[in-house]
Amino acid sequence: MDLATFLVQCLNSVQFGLLLFLVASGLTLIFGIMGVINLAHGSFYMIGAYMAYGLAPVVAESVGGGFFATLAFGIVLSVVAGYLLEWAFFSYLYEREHLQQVLMTYGLILVFDELRSIIVGDDVHGVPPPDWLAGSIPLGDLMSYPVYRLFISGVCILLAIGMYFVFTRTRLGMMIRAGSTNREMVQSLGIDIKILYRLVFAAGVALAALAGMIAAPVSSVYPGMGEQVLIICFVVVVIGGIGSVRGALLAALLIGAVDTFGKVLLPSAAGVLVYVLMAAILLWKPAGLFRAG
Amino acid sequence: MEVSRAAVVLSLAALAGLAAYPLVASDFGIDLATKILIYAILALSLELLVGQTGLVCFGQAAFFGIAAYATVRFSPEYDAAAIWWLLPAAVATSAAFALVVGALSLRTRGVYFIMVTLAFSQMAYYVIHDTPIGGGTDGIYLNVPPSVAIGPVSLVDLSDPSQFYYVALAAMTGCFVLLAVVLRSRFGRALAGIRVNEQRMRAAGFPTYPYQLAAFVISGAIAGIAGFLFATKDGFVNPELLSWHLSGAALVMIILGGLGHLRGAVIGAFALSLLEELFQSREFVGGFADHWHLGLGASIIACVALLPRGLIGLPRLLRARLVGARHAGAP
Repeated sequence: MDLATFLVQCLNSVQFGLLLFLVASGLTLIFGIMGVINLAHGSFYMIGAYMAYGLAPVVAESVGGGFFATLAFGIVLSVVAGYLLEWAFFSYLYEREHLQQVLMTYGLILVFDELRSIIVGDDVHGVPPPDWLAGSIPLGDLMSYPVYRLFISGVCILLAIGMYFVFTRTRLGMMIRAGSTNREMVQSLGIDIKILYRLVFAAGVALAALAGMIAAPVSSVYPGMGEQVLIICFVVVVIGGIGSVRGALLAALLIGAVDTFGKVLLPSAAGVLVYVLMAAILLWKPAGLFRAG
Repeated sequence: MEVSRAAVVLSLAALAGLAAYPLVASDFGIDLATKILIYAILALSLELLVGQTGLVCFGQAAFFGIAAYATVRFSPEYDAAAIWWLLPAAVATSAAFALVVGALSLRTRGVYFIMVTLAFSQMAYYVIHDTPIGGGTDGIYLNVPPSVAIGPVSLVDLSDPSQFYYVALAAMTGCFVLLAVVLRSRFGRALAGIRVNEQRMRAAGFPTYPYQLAAFVISGAIAGIAGFLFATKDGFVNPELLSWHLSGAALVMIILGGLGHLRGAVIGAFALSLLEELFQSREFVGGFADHWHLGLGASIIACVALLPRGLIGLPRLLRARLVGARHAGAP
């Protein structure tokens, strides 16, 4: 592997890792704070990608906007959807066994998948990146790197910084951190845990949908994309330590690197590498790399 | 685990109904019922871990699939293998895998345990999928079903669907009774204690690790019986038998049926498979059958929302509604 290829793979692995982080951070939030194992999280990623495909013409017609208008529109929609979903399907499940929530989210996956199939069909679609991000940067003589992938990494880094700020510097972040440690105590301090949960859930849904939307031009839009990302995001969350956003970031970068370089160096074993890594890490540190907090 | 007399009577009635079923059923019906009975065995094996021991295993399909592959691989290519050694060999393979997975996974707890068991089952999936052992995506065929014979006398012809149905029914009943006995033993009580409070059990002097590991191996072995039956029934195995979708479906079965009861696992296996069949059949739902996931998903959601204790809690819920008893809802 020469230097240029290595560099491109490095950029790819960072971009993939950051994108995984975006999906996994929502998962780890919902997981760590609400204790909900949300199998439907991958569906939100899938829905986001389909929104990037389906909303673009609608938004262009109504407000005349481009890519960013579509993104903004999609985020608003997914926050509202997340808020309503929590109210309709989760708000009464917290006192029950965790596995009941798992079953509920499993049912939701089936429903979302089939609704998607009814509304948009089962075809694979491409989504063009916005014109001013469509070019590539030359690397060396033969290689070049698409600007849009750099844009993805940039957005993810900005969001990661934003989340770090919210968690460590704001009152809301304090409540969320407290809620993940002791739900009852937070409630008894007079914080409306129900609304907090609903907001966290809506934010998690929005993060997954946003990841789907910005990933759409790179990965294209296809029916099984949610499932594929779901399992790998669970791996990220668990390796990082449940509820730890910092852990999720490191684990996502690690998984991104292992997966990307695995596909290049050991194509026949690429699928299994991620799981070997997870098993090894959990046997070494049974509660993930970082505990929540 | 107290079982009411009504439950025993109903279970025996259900068993009698299942035994009489081939007399009235079509070929398709027998095939479907056989498949469901095999899934019921898989669900029972998982119930031992999840419902009774409190270990949520998300890799049950690996034990199922490994035993199925072992069944095909151990059989001679153009000859029938005797079931007397083939079944134990297949079950021993999955039990051995369960021993390794359990010994390592039990270092972790809770969600981490779920994910480690998933990781090991995915490893098994990729080994079967990508190496010559498994024969790739297309799977491999079992040309001749195993023989069930004592000396020259053939007892059961496994290639006959209705005879196979009775074998599956006997196996399911056998596993059910075996688990019921195990759970009533001192060992089973210890497992229940571990589920409720592991720390306390350890403080009471029980080494919890060997108990959990034993439960894990028993569960893997029973899943292996289901895998053996599955491979023999269709004469065909493919990597999808080890996929996490099947592990997930088994979990859905036991939660849907009602955790904490062996009956729940069987009820759940029947409910999920029949719901799938219902929403896929054009006679009942017409063109909607193309979108059968929607109906299935919606019914699962409705079950969770309306039945906190799973399907097994339905009679009590109805009784509470009808009689209006104040205490009927209490656990």
